[in-house]
Amino acid sequence: MASPPDLKYTKEHEWVRVDGDTGTIGITDYAQDQLGDIVFVDLPPTGTKVIYTQKFGEIESVKAVSELFAPVSGEMIEANGGLNDNPQWVNDDPYGGGWMIKVRLDNTAELDGLLSAQEYEAFLGESDG
Amino acid sequence: MSPETGTLLHTPLYEEHLRLGARMVPFAGWEMPVQYTGIVEEHNAVRGAAGMFDVSHMGRFEVHGPDAARFLRHVCTWDVVSLAPGEGHYAAACREDGGILDDVYVFSLDGERFLIVVNASNAPKMRDWMAGHIADFGARLVDRHESTAMIAVQGPEALGRLDGVIGGAFVRSLKPRRCGETNWQGTTLFASRTGYTGEDGLELIIDAEHGTALWRALLDAGVTPVGLGARDTLRLEAALLLYGNDMDEETNPFEVGLDWVLTLDDGADFVGRDALVRIKDRGVSRVLVCLKALDRGIMRHGHVIRSRGKDVGVVTSGGFSPTLGISIGLGFVPPVPAGAGTRLEVDVRGKPLAVEVVPRPFYKRPKKS
Repeated sequence: MASPPDLKYTKEHEWVRVDGDTGTIGITDYAQDQLGDIVFVDLPPTGTKVIYTQKFGEIESVKAVSELFAPVSGEMIEANGGLNDNPQWVNDDPYGGGWMIKVRLDNTAELDGLLSAQEYEAFLGESDG
Repeated sequence: MSPETGTLLHTPLYEEHLRLGARMVPFAGWEMPVQYTGIVEEHNAVRGAAGMFDVSHMGRFEVHGPDAARFLRHVCTWDVVSLAPGEGHYAAACREDGGILDDVYVFSLDGERFLIVVNASNAPKMRDWMAGHIADFGARLVDRHESTAMIAVQGPEALGRLDGVIGGAFVRSLKPRRCGETNWQGTTLFASRTGYTGEDGLELIIDAEHGTALWRALLDAGVTPVGLGARDTLRLEAALLLYGNDMDEETNPFEVGLDWVLTLDDGADFVGRDALVRIKDRGVSRVLVCLKALDRGIMRHGHVIRSRGKDVGVVTSGGFSPTLGISIGLGFVPPVPAGAGTRLEVDVRGKPLAVEVVPRPFYKRPKKS
């Protein structure tokens, strides 16, 4: 699955979609494929301050647990409640129904440090080779 | 090669796994498939139809000679002398102090030829340990680990699929825990009605050079390849123990519910017997129980178990059960209170997960109507 060009990416395989001052955050197709069947997404409550590069939650696959790192800082305004009963949405639709949290961005300058879709794919190419 | 050298061993089916696009991982010194398409999909194939596992990494030794049975009785906890040809039984091998060296399966091929299957991670240790005890017996150890391939075929449709591949009459002759040998494409094929998934099925052993042909014949018969990932979720649902997780040399059989693989009253002087009799009289300070989560969150190996805020034990195996849709695990807790219905808490990286002790196993296959 190609990385959507309108998103920003991290080397920890998270993505953020910016709409005004709101950022929607999820994990990439590469990440969900590496994790395998996802069975639980543990997200913080609405109102939590998430911090750029810091852990904001955990994702459990059948195989193992992984940490989720925030690609941007901001106050969390919504969690994807559908993942409670349908964690497999992260596998099925990582850039759509599998989104995890929405935050109100503190500092849009952080976005400049993130990867474009093209840069992220180049990064994947290096780490696979 | 040992795991420490960094050189991983390959089973005779290694190229087949690559051909099928499996994701390969190191396991007990072997490079093994962890999944082909996905753990849950493979898990469900075994619960719903038929799956097959390359288990060639497991150690296989034949014991030949007039004292073969007596030798195996000396190194195993169960009365294997009572096995008639064509019968098998699960057993343990213990140290002098009763600590579990390995859990094993012993088969009698005929009165003077036996097969013992051991864990991959323990194969070098068990070979050396058995070799160290065999001198006093009229028996010899034949290592079949690298000269054979081993494939487990498991699931409600396993026997049906095997009919067409290795012969219906042979398949039907094998009652549970029985074994036999047949001719397959000009070579000897061993089969036993055993497994590690909670499903019906057979485990097959064949010369390494015929391994690929047998694997492909099973693929053609519609058997789904299954990796180590689903092997672990399947065995955990069936509450079958994993050496290295649920038991080790510091664990005795009474602690993990393996009393039933001990024969203490047949007069045999096997390694560890005296210690096991003492432990039986003295009792144990911990028992392995089945834990089922009451909430979302996944318990894993090593998580601490708490009762009313106090640390009381540890999860030895934990994960997500695809069949039950919730986390399950095995763990050590004090013997009292450890009955079904006991509420406990597992510390999942600082977050409490409510769990309940439930009867063993988590999953039992439906009885055939």
